[in-house]
Amino acid sequence: MTDSVRLVSQRSSRTWNLLAPALLLALFAFSGAGFAQDWVKTGTSLGVEKVRLAVPDFKPSSTDPQNAQLVKTFNDTLWNDLDVSGVVELVSKSFYPLQTPAQPMEVNFIAWNAPPPNAAMLAFGSIGISGGRLTASGWLYDVKNIQNPQILGKQYSDTPSDAAARMMAHKFADEIIARLGGGISGIAESQIYFVSDRTGHKEIWAMDYDGSNQHQITHLGTISLSPRISPDGARLAFSSLTKTGWEIMMYSLELNRVVSFPHFGGTNLSPAWSADGTKLAISSSRNGAPEICITDASGSGLHCLTTAKGPDVSPTWNRKTNSQIAFVSGRTGLPQIYTMEADGTNLQRMTDQGYAVSPNWSPNGQFLSFAWVRKYGPGEPGSSDLYLMDIASKQWVQMTHDGGRNDFPSWSPDNRHIVFQSNRSGSLQIWTMLADGTKVQQLTFTGHNSQPNWSWK
Amino acid sequence: MRSRGLREEDQKVKQRTLQGVLLVIALSGLLLLGACSKKVAPAPPPPPPPAPAAAPTASISVNPNSIQAGQSASLTWQTSNATDVSIDGIGAVQPNGSQSVSPTQSTTYHLVAKGAGGTQEATARITVTQPPPPPPTPSPSEQELFSQNIKDVYFDYDKADIRADQQASIQADAQFLSQHPNIQFTVEGHCDERGSTEYNIALGDKRASAVKSALASAGVNSSRVKTISYGKEKPFCTESNEACWQQNRRGHFVYQP
Repeated sequence: MTDSVRLVSQRSSRTWNLLAPALLLALFAFSGAGFAQDWVKTGTSLGVEKVRLAVPDFKPSSTDPQNAQLVKTFNDTLWNDLDVSGVVELVSKSFYPLQTPAQPMEVNFIAWNAPPPNAAMLAFGSIGISGGRLTASGWLYDVKNIQNPQILGKQYSDTPSDAAARMMAHKFADEIIARLGGGISGIAESQIYFVSDRTGHKEIWAMDYDGSNQHQITHLGTISLSPRISPDGARLAFSSLTKTGWEIMMYSLELNRVVSFPHFGGTNLSPAWSADGTKLAISSSRNGAPEICITDASGSGLHCLTTAKGPDVSPTWNRKTNSQIAFVSGRTGLPQIYTMEADGTNLQRMTDQGYAVSPNWSPNGQFLSFAWVRKYGPGEPGSSDLYLMDIASKQWVQMTHDGGRNDFPSWSPDNRHIVFQSNRSGSLQIWTMLADGTKVQQLTFTGHNSQPNWSWK
Repeated sequence: MRSRGLREEDQKVKQRTLQGVLLVIALSGLLLLGACSKKVAPAPPPPPPPAPAAAPTASISVNPNSIQAGQSASLTWQTSNATDVSIDGIGAVQPNGSQSVSPTQSTTYHLVAKGAGGTQEATARITVTQPPPPPPTPSPSEQELFSQNIKDVYFDYDKADIRADQQASIQADAQFLSQHPNIQFTVEGHCDERGSTEYNIALGDKRASAVKSALASAGVNSSRVKTISYGKEKPFCTESNEACWQQNRRGHFVYQP
């Protein structure tokens, strides 16, 4: 059985959107053999050999006294971007030769392409301040192809700052991932929007995908929840407690202020952008019970798709087809995940038990991630874990196993990562992981942070 | 007292007039005698008038002489030659003294000092200004009655229907509200900490609506009721046990001024 898995996996040529069905297949194979489903690891452990990439620290290119901090920022950021990308295997630095290159003429191919490093690829370069500019030069070499090794050569220049050094590392990492990741572009320049109470009120905040550059977006002094960034990254929809109740709010990231959006009355929650950015699906109780309703991005033309007594909430659009919506409904008791066409027809129940909430549709249209207390009831531990479901087959894989309450998964634009909230550290914080459950990283540490939403690009 | 004082004045005047008349008669007699050059025995001297008793003195002051209602001022008075000193509104007081007063409106303190030598009066006025009116408060009694009488409605986990054991609260609430038809109020839907933020706000919305609807069935006009859901955003307690969770699964009534 594992052989067949490996065959499928190798054919998938290292891309996650092809790999994932293989992982699900693997899951079924294991289930058939009587293994416990819950602990099947998906992803990289199933036989795909990832590219071994060596990344010696970039060296300072000048003697400017400010270099030290900027070089460290660049190296830390580049290493982390490549490490969490899930598309390469970083060769441990303890295997590196003593002499590392800062420019092409210094590359000793034998020292890298043979054991102990046994690297297939080498990323190297230098960064430093000269003439008042911060300049980074980076190369990606195929060290097994000595005749024609260069895959990538890039130079970046900007006003010297920590943010500039970080951005250069993000850009270079994305270039490498684009070359080695089967054509899927990197996410190093993506953003994560979230809710934080660190000012004393729940406001909307933003950060880089790796947790750096955390900054406050709204200053409303009430309770603001459920940020959802528009596909073009220009507008942020969220729900806020106003004098007349919960209403959908719209924030322009171009104007840096809240822009007008109609109040609907009743309780209005959980906005979700359609993939083309022209519509929002929301939960609205303006007609009585909370139902899934659709409005134009301007807030006009509100009409509701569901009529069950609900409560219906937390819609998410199929980001690939833009023609289906998944959502949560408590119409039969404990909340379950449902899908329907964007016109409200063809209702399908996706989960069969427990407490299932917070669906998020993958960029490739194939999967739902969601939070599930699967074994719900008296005497059960009641931990809420994150799951991945193949929509066509309704087969699922458990992504988190580490206890605590994990909720609110949101896919990265490359379809490979999930950002989520968890109280596993003792307080509610935001974490990321690869969609196979590996490379788990905590991004926030101050206050309580929740409801992360990953940008579309 | 005033009329008695007047009478005494009158008597004094009459006394002096009589003395004057006697003097005139006596002088006239002397002249007549002189004219006749005939010695006659002189008339006996009139008896000396009795020495009048010292008249009382009195003064009274209030400091400060202008206060806000609720504040106090010091009332001070001095008298002499008085045996009977009183202040209107206070009553008999010592001849000299001071006391704190806190009148609620402008007042004239009228002091009367009576003694053998007569009666003396003095007054002091204090102006009382009303403090700025307190911010308008909704009929506090009705609000108090509301909080004393209205019972919150509790729910089962993940449920928004009115439990059988909560019907008594609904009926009692409806009865109170029908007796106080002017009260407007909000029903807040609350949920316990378990489960998703978004689903719980939707669930709390259903709980608040369920209470509103049950009250309507019991005769409470829905136009008096607003609903809002707080989901699990504003818990009454934060312990992770069933006792606290039950406290947080409720429709909470809030008086609307």
